[in-house]
Amino acid sequence: MKRYTWKTGLIEVAMIIEAIFFLIPIYILVNLSVRGAADPSSPIAPTLHATFDNFIQAWALGGLGKAILNSGLITVVSVVLIVVFAALASVPLARVSSSWSRGLYFFLMVGLLIPFQLVFIPLYQTFSAMGLLGGPWALVILYVGHQMPFAIFLFASFLREIPLEYEQAASLDGSSRFQTFRYVTFPMLAPVTGTVAILSVILVWNDFMTPLLYLSGSPNQTVPVAIYGFVGEYVSNWPVVFAGLIIGMLPVLVAYLILQRKILDGFAVGVKG
Amino acid sequence: MWWFAVPAVVFYVFVMIIPAARGVLEAFTNWDGLSSTQTFVGLANFETILHDPTALGAIIHTLVIAISVTLFQNLIGLLLALGVKSNIKTGKVLSVIFFAPAVITPVITAFLWQYIYSPSGVINYTLDAVGLGGLQQSWLGDSKIALVSIIIVIVWQFSGYSMVIFIAGLGAIPDDVVEASAIDGAGPFRQFFDIRLPLLKPALLINFLLTLIAGLKQFDVVWVLTQGGPGVSTQTLSTLIFQNAFLFGKFGYGVALAVLLAIIAIPISVIQYRAVARGGDR
Repeated sequence: MKRYTWKTGLIEVAMIIEAIFFLIPIYILVNLSVRGAADPSSPIAPTLHATFDNFIQAWALGGLGKAILNSGLITVVSVVLIVVFAALASVPLARVSSSWSRGLYFFLMVGLLIPFQLVFIPLYQTFSAMGLLGGPWALVILYVGHQMPFAIFLFASFLREIPLEYEQAASLDGSSRFQTFRYVTFPMLAPVTGTVAILSVILVWNDFMTPLLYLSGSPNQTVPVAIYGFVGEYVSNWPVVFAGLIIGMLPVLVAYLILQRKILDGFAVGVKG
Repeated sequence: MWWFAVPAVVFYVFVMIIPAARGVLEAFTNWDGLSSTQTFVGLANFETILHDPTALGAIIHTLVIAISVTLFQNLIGLLLALGVKSNIKTGKVLSVIFFAPAVITPVITAFLWQYIYSPSGVINYTLDAVGLGGLQQSWLGDSKIALVSIIIVIVWQFSGYSMVIFIAGLGAIPDDVVEASAIDGAGPFRQFFDIRLPLLKPALLINFLLTLIAGLKQFDVVWVLTQGGPGVSTQTLSTLIFQNAFLFGKFGYGVALAVLLAIIAIPISVIQYRAVARGGDR
């Protein structure tokens, strides 16, 4: 089974062709983004006289710098709060075996069943009454609350597999409950913390429906909404639009390429539980 | 240490429980989202759904998207996983490539495909260039094809996601089981159907449920590519909820559609939760 036969070679070639096929849209994206406005050649033919003017134009016109900052801020704050709150909550939920603990856990897991579409209309009214629409906090609050069930599920499942001894030893040594969490439990949760963080970053950074609504009319857009507005305005000028799309996807793509193994493993852990 | 759970519970109740309860109540009113009064109208919103061809169409399109994406995305994902996990030397690099579209913002990939699909875009240009100009289509403008065009984009973007879950599932299959069967003379097909497929059942189940739920909730790609058009031919529950609640001022009706979406999605989520929870017990 482990030999490299001509059949393996065949699979290899087929897979590489498949990968090239997968990459065609990306090739078109990059190829057109460096093309001058007056270049009439086919969208598939490689651009011979590459120019970066489109990127300069897209950056100036799209307000993407500000959007990346906004998205980055909202993502970092949301993900930190998601990780900290969910990890904290998982301690009593996983370590206390009372009917209270089980009941609360079940109550939290009900959230996995509630579709986002059902809560985000009534929440719009609440945030509107609180005067939070148009700012980043409405989004942060929503992401944190929405991610709690899934994040707690991952943390609590993982914590149940870890023996209690380390935490007991720490409390015998006189450390407070919070110190035990901070210096013993939380570090042991590191593998799931990575998974929760990665899944949450992708969810928050890519979300479109919520900011489209909650930030509508606000000058503080996130990347997906800024891109949406930018393309709507310059749709006839595809090379500039494509440069904008690349700028918009670069932060996440770069992070992905740097952390690829961690991210792929994190996804797998996340869905296996 | 009960206070450890307080922040999580506060955020959760504020964001999920109270709004969900309010949503269910509002689904029985005719509120427009602005006025200070809302009248209880009983099941009127749900009766309207049953007599509204747009809403019925949206239910059908939502199901068509969810089911076709589930089938194709998982079929492709499974083939990619089997290929990547075979003895080939480029497996690691290829898996990174196949997964890459799944991390990109769907709004961005949707705009890219809008260009590819546009009347003078890449597909039509290529068809013309190779002498197949007769096959040119208005990929997003023809109500018969637009839904298929949307499905292709979603499958392209998320096949790698299914692949990653299958890879994890394949990793759990001990090599010696497969090798023993090879010694017993099982060919690659027998091996796949008799050994790998049964052992892949957990991964299959999770993949199916994840894609089904994601398909039912699909908004971004449809909104960018067609906004539910041409006409109402690609209207989904999510786009219809959005339009009714925030563009047409029919909050009550929009929320009623969201309740309907919940009724469709909840049984699937229950099965998924049980499957994943059981997987974690192993």
